[in-house]
Parts: sequence; C-alpha cells; structure tokens
Amino acid sequence: MQDVSTGQVVLEPIQRSPGYWATVWTRFKRDPVAVGAGLVVIALVLMAIFAPYIAPQDPYKGMALRRLRPPGTEGYPLGTDELGRDMLSRLIYGARLSLFMGVTPVLMALVAGAAIGITAGYTGGWVNTLLMRIVDIFFAFPSVLLAIALSGALGAGIANGLISLTVVFIPPIARVAESVTTSVRTRDYVEAARASGAGSLAIIRKHVLGNVLGPIFVYAMSLIAVCMILASGLSFLGLGVKPPEPEWGLMLNTLRTAIYTQPLLCALPGLMIFITSIAFNLLTDGLRSAMDLKA
Amino acid sequence: MANQPPLLEIANLTKHFPLKSGLLNRATSVVRAVDGVSFSVAEGETLGIVGESGCGKSTTARLLMHLIEPTSGTIRFRGQTVGTSEMPLKEFRRQVQMVFQDSYASLNPRLTVEDSVSFSPTVHGISRDVAVRRARSLLDRVGLEPKRFAGRYPHELSGGQRQRVNIARALALEPRILILDEAVSALDKSVEAQVLNLLLDLKQEMGLTYLFISHDLEVVRFMSDRVLVMYLGKVAETGPTEALYTDSRHPYTTALLGSLLSMDPDNRRTEAPLAGDPPNPINPPPGCRFHTRCAFAEPVCSSTEPKLASVSTGHEAACLMSIVGSGHSKAPGAAA
Repeated sequence: MQDVSTGQVVLEPIQRSPGYWATVWTRFKRDPVAVGAGLVVIALVLMAIFAPYIAPQDPYKGMALRRLRPPGTEGYPLGTDELGRDMLSRLIYGARLSLFMGVTPVLMALVAGAAIGITAGYTGGWVNTLLMRIVDIFFAFPSVLLAIALSGALGAGIANGLISLTVVFIPPIARVAESVTTSVRTRDYVEAARASGAGSLAIIRKHVLGNVLGPIFVYAMSLIAVCMILASGLSFLGLGVKPPEPEWGLMLNTLRTAIYTQPLLCALPGLMIFITSIAFNLLTDGLRSAMDLKA
Repeated sequence: MANQPPLLEIANLTKHFPLKSGLLNRATSVVRAVDGVSFSVAEGETLGIVGESGCGKSTTARLLMHLIEPTSGTIRFRGQTVGTSEMPLKEFRRQVQMVFQDSYASLNPRLTVEDSVSFSPTVHGISRDVAVRRARSLLDRVGLEPKRFAGRYPHELSGGQRQRVNIARALALEPRILILDEAVSALDKSVEAQVLNLLLDLKQEMGLTYLFISHDLEVVRFMSDRVLVMYLGKVAETGPTEALYTDSRHPYTTALLGSLLSMDPDNRRTEAPLAGDPPNPINPPPGCRFHTRCAFAEPVCSSTEPKLASVSTGHEAACLMSIVGSGHSKAPGAAA
C-alpha cells in the first residue's frame, strides 16, 4: 500500500468543480431583474463616490432670489429648494449620506448580530437562552420607536444616528444567525468534525461560517432599504443628519412646507429613497433565489 | 498476547436523557437510551452490533466517540481510560473514527471532497500540504480517482461515492478503530456490496478494527467476527457470529433471526416472529426487559433482571433460561 503518512503521491493538478459562489453567480447573471437592480445599486454608489465631478453646482450655495423653482428651470434641471440651492446637485450629493446612513448601521449590526447569533447557536444550552432572551428584549420595541428613542436620548447627529440604527438592527440579524447556526450545528458533518478532535473555533471557521454567512448576509442586505428609510425618518424628525447637509430624508423634511406650491419638487428626494430601496430589495431577492441551490 | 488488554473495553456505559418539562425545566422522567452496556473489542476483529430501531445502537456509537457525554461508565483504549491524562480525548479521537449513515449530511456541502478529507489531519497539526497528499492517496485507495473527484462537491457524487469519501475522511487520521454506524444501510444493494468489500479490503490492508452497527442481520453476519445484540439499551446476547446465528440462546435473538427471509420459498414463515413494538424506554418494564414480548416469559421474568451469563466460550446471553437456578422452568438444572 502507499505510505499515506509521508505522502509519496505526486500532487498532480485535479479537475476542480465550480464552487458554490461561482454557481450562485452564474444563476444570478441569468436573472435580468436582479442584474438590473444590481446595476442601479452600482450606479447609485458611483454617483455617491463621484458626486463632486457629476454635480453641476455647489450643493450648499443658495440664492435667495431663485427659491423653489420648478424642475426644468434654465440652469436648474430639477429646480431649486427652499434656499435656492440646486436640487440636482443636492440629490447627487445626498446619495453619499443616505447610502452611508443606510449601509453602515447594517454592516455594524451584521458583525455584532452574526457574532451574537453564531455564538448562541453554536454553543446552545443556557448561553443560547441568555443571549437570545436579551435580544428578545430589544425585539419587543417597534424598530422605529426604538431608533427614535435611542437617538433622542443620545442627541442629534450622524454618529448617534448610526449607533441607534445599529442597535435596532442587531436583534433581527442575531435571530437569523442563531437559527441558521442551530440548524447547521446538528448536521452530521459538524459531528464528524467534532469526532475528529477539532476544537470549536476550527469547526466554526471551516464548517459553520461557510454555511451560515451567506444567508445572514442576504438577510442583512434586505435590511439596507429599511435602514435607509429609518435613517431618512430620523433626519426628517431632526434627529439624524443636521442641515445644511444634503440627505434625502432631511431634504424631504425641509421641503415639506412647499408641498402645495411645488409638489413635484418635494417628491424628488422621496423618489430617490424609493428607487434605492427598491433596487436593494430586488437585488436581495435575486441573490436569495440564486443562493437557493438544492442539489 | 494473552495478557494484553483488549483494544477497546467498555464498562457499564450508561446514557440517560432527562425529559424536561414545565416552567422550571425540571427533569420529570428519564429515557434510558443505553443502560449499563459492557463489551470489549479485540485488535483486528469486527464486532457487529444489531437491534431494532431505538435500541441504543447509535447512542452507543455516539457515546464511544464522546459526541454525547455518558451518564456513567468508562471506556478504555489499550487499557488506558479515555478522557483522563493517560488517554486524552483528542488522542483517542485520533485512534477511533466514525462513518455516519447519512452520506450527504455528513459532508459539508461547501467543501470539496479533498478539503473534507484533509480537514481532520490539519486539526492534529499536520501541514496542509501533507494533509492534501494524504487525502488524495486515500481517495485513490477508496476507489475515487483524485484527478476526477478530489475537486468535486458532495452534491456532484452518488450515494456510494459519498460514502467512500466518508470512509476516506475517517481514515485520514490513520485510526485503529472504525465505527460504522449504519454506514451502508442507505445504499442500494449492489453499491452496498461494493462498499462492504472495500471495507473488508481496507481492514486487511491497514489492520483495522471495526465496530459494525447495523439493523441488517445478513450484512452483520457477513462482516462480523462477533455479534452483540441490543434490546432497549441493554445487551441481550453476545457471542461469536456463527455460534450466535446457529445457536441463539436469547429468545429476542431467536426472534430477530426468525425475521430473516428464508431462501427457500416453501420454508417461509407467514406469521410475524415478534409481535408489537419495543416498550417505551422511558419506563422500561421491570425484570427482564423483553418479557412483555417473550414467548417463554414466566412470572419470574417480570421480577428478576437477568445478568449476562456465559453459555459457551465467549457466548453470553442475558436470559433467565440460561442461568442456572434462576427459577425459570427452562433454566439449566431446573426440574423438568
């Protein structure tokens, strides 16, 4: 027999099957709606990054004489706001803060929630009970109220808004992470890994994360749209971003006085929020169905 | 040789699962899944473990691997108690590996075959490169050409191929003992035969010792040197395969063997050899656990619990009919 311990076998190249993510990508590409949504998201991100090069005017510079011009005005393709600032430029710049406020809390909550959920799910027993009951306490509050209460208590400002939104999104992500991990933990391949003498960390790294992070990540992505809307809500209430920063939720708030005179103008920031959240939701749906591989 | 301790020695292994209920999670009753099981396995032999579903076969396997903690009992490997400093659990797991029944569930769907097999050596400090080489050579040995199969994912393999991968993974640590928990039960008959032959070849080449758990009596007879019959968490009978199959002493074993279909159509029995289901292990019957279904049960059977008693060399049965002076009318030495 061959000496397996010293490995006298030549390591020759082998045929490799496309991995899980390669298969998911192939399936994703076949879904036109998801690809379209993905392109919209990419466009929005690019718009945010390159705002200074795209925006035709300074988003902070107002002109008292040209206030509340309707879309289509000469030199102001989308009109001007209540301080005479160029709407188009402000909407473009607004993508920066709005996306930031939508994505960052979810990412932070993803890290914290996944850590809590995977720990609870993998450990089981009283650790699971303790962690998940604490999570349940936060779950008891409606998310909007919790966000308002937290940022109200912490005070207005971007940082406090981010913190309160993160706290709001940790419980649902932890819950999903816990349930996915619990189902993976009892699979035979985890048992087999334990039987081979592997420690918990090695098992989590090699066997649990790969099976658990995908679903958690997709769920977290579906929360980005919710988070953006909540962040806009906070700004609207004067709790998140403060004027004169361009942010879609805040713009919606400051323009509301003009809703009877310039309804189309007032709807523009809302339209941007709508497009962004729909794009994220469709992208998430596409990813989810692409990942739903039943071999 | 005579003074050498057996390779694996299990003494009084017990697992009680508490059933919790109510607000305070108080244990209201216990399931006696495995109740004082003792046996030993000699180097190089195959011990078959048979019994109905729920008799504690798989629980015994999981207890051996310490995948669940035993309520009590000791496991000795070459005379050294497992879980103590003389035989730490991690070292024991290097020596004893297990193949599970569900070939699909026991492979991580996100890992290639090669990664699955090479994982356990890396856990024990073997470099990735050596582990991969070892994985490929083992895949080759179990009949899966590495060039074609090493880079595949479990869903791209058939059931038989997956079980070959599971065997390769179990062998990756170069264990002395392989626990095969219904390892071939889910395969169709022709594939099952191929895998069984592979197991026999591997055993001979590598000098392995097998614990072969199955509900399939024919397969156990084909594979095993000795057989252990379990009923409701206890050992009913144990002995050399041929002695046990031809001269069973416990009525339960006899009934199990009677459930085998005869090859002769004229000789097939029409009535079921054993009526009813096994009693609930939450409240096992007092005395002999089998007396509720036993054709030879007498009043003494419901009060006295039979211990394993030797009936011939290496052949033991836990039945009052085999114990001298037990009070059963068919006991040896009793007045006829």
